[in-house]
Amino acid sequence: MPASATPPPPSSSGTPGGSPVLELRALTRTHGSGIAEVHALRGIDLSVYPGELVAVMGPSGSGKSTLLTLAGGLDTATSGQVVIEGQDIAALGPKGMAALRRRSVGYVFQDYNLIPALTAAENIALPRELDGVSVRKARKEALAALAEMKLEAIADRFPDEMSGGQQQRVAIARALVGDRRLVLADEPTGALDSETGEAVLALLRTRCDQGAAGVMVTHEPRYAAWADRVVFLRDGSIVDQTVTTGADSLLAAGTTGTTA
Amino acid sequence: MSIRHGLLALLERGPRYGSQLRTEFESRTGSTWPLNVGQVYTTLSRLERDGLIVQDGADDAGHDLYAITDEGRTELRSWFETPVDRTSPPRDELAIKLAMAVGAPGVDIRDVIQSQRHHTLKAMQDYTRLKAQALADVPANRDEVAWLLVVEQLIFQAEAEARWLDHCESRLVRLAEAAATEPSAEPGPAATRGPARALADRTRSQR
Repeated sequence: MPASATPPPPSSSGTPGGSPVLELRALTRTHGSGIAEVHALRGIDLSVYPGELVAVMGPSGSGKSTLLTLAGGLDTATSGQVVIEGQDIAALGPKGMAALRRRSVGYVFQDYNLIPALTAAENIALPRELDGVSVRKARKEALAALAEMKLEAIADRFPDEMSGGQQQRVAIARALVGDRRLVLADEPTGALDSETGEAVLALLRTRCDQGAAGVMVTHEPRYAAWADRVVFLRDGSIVDQTVTTGADSLLAAGTTGTTA
Repeated sequence: MSIRHGLLALLERGPRYGSQLRTEFESRTGSTWPLNVGQVYTTLSRLERDGLIVQDGADDAGHDLYAITDEGRTELRSWFETPVDRTSPPRDELAIKLAMAVGAPGVDIRDVIQSQRHHTLKAMQDYTRLKAQALADVPANRDEVAWLLVVEQLIFQAEAEARWLDHCESRLVRLAEAAATEPSAEPGPAATRGPARALADRTRSQR
């Protein structure tokens, strides 16, 4: 039971619905110009709904990471729009963008990006404190987030005293603490062994089932398979996407269970 | 697939009748490989012919029961101890399809790869859903444990296929690039024929 006073996000019972948390509209990103022009993204349209986890796959250079950095406001599009919870982030300005990142968007990096001089709990509490939450309350939330991941024991450890898997789970806790509705993850399982990687995915899956929207870049099919939707990029364009069949219809089709 | 040994393994736990064996086989493997009753009885009569099982009376409801013999136990033990042969793999339709798609007129091999990748990933998503459901609770009995192992095998197998498809695609791209920058390479069709042939040779040499 989370100790946080923050109300839980409206449950979508795992079914994508409502209005999209993230919309990419005709998004393009071009580096350089003239003969050296490189089209990293060519007109991406993508909507991600509450309760939905989307995996982005594609060969290196296909634009996966560019897509994610644009969605998180870490880079600026050449044209097109990034809309988060109905707001065009280009209209926000640097201050507004920073606030949006603190309140609405969690970003998980391959190399965790925890602040080395802060403990696990402090790393998680920091964005909340920056957002004006009291130190006490922010710590309480951080401890609740750690408890949810069975990491209470390492609350007061510094990043260099944790394993890679622990650091990544702390990073995910930091990305999701508060009422953030969008989590963007760039190869979150990159440096982890397969069991720990799976635990990280299960965690992302759970948070999306609880109503968050997630976008994860990965080149690992086994992790992409945890997503509701897999989007394939090639040369900066979406070439294909797959949607999972609901488990219920699989069960109905007799893939499991006993037949009488 | 060894229905034969599967049935022997179930009979080692005590005498059983035909449709009971079918039900137990399916619940162990999550109906991944459904059996029909005909297959079960054909297999039972062969096992009986080979002296690995015997008919052993009937239960109260009148079902004919079968029991494992000592010879059957020896056969079963040797099955568990012997690795499954992987040196003469069965024909793989996908490998054959890609081999045929290399340089085939009017076929874009990258489209063939992508349509398979789509299908394979979707299957993985579905299996992963089932697995996540299975893991939501600690498996309660050996049937549930067995079923989890089977689902995970399907995921690993699909993963291997997806990774191989990714590899094929990047291999083709690299070979096409290499052919395009080779000074001796002729422009135009030769640039695509070169890597195609190399890939075909590679595929052949693996057989």
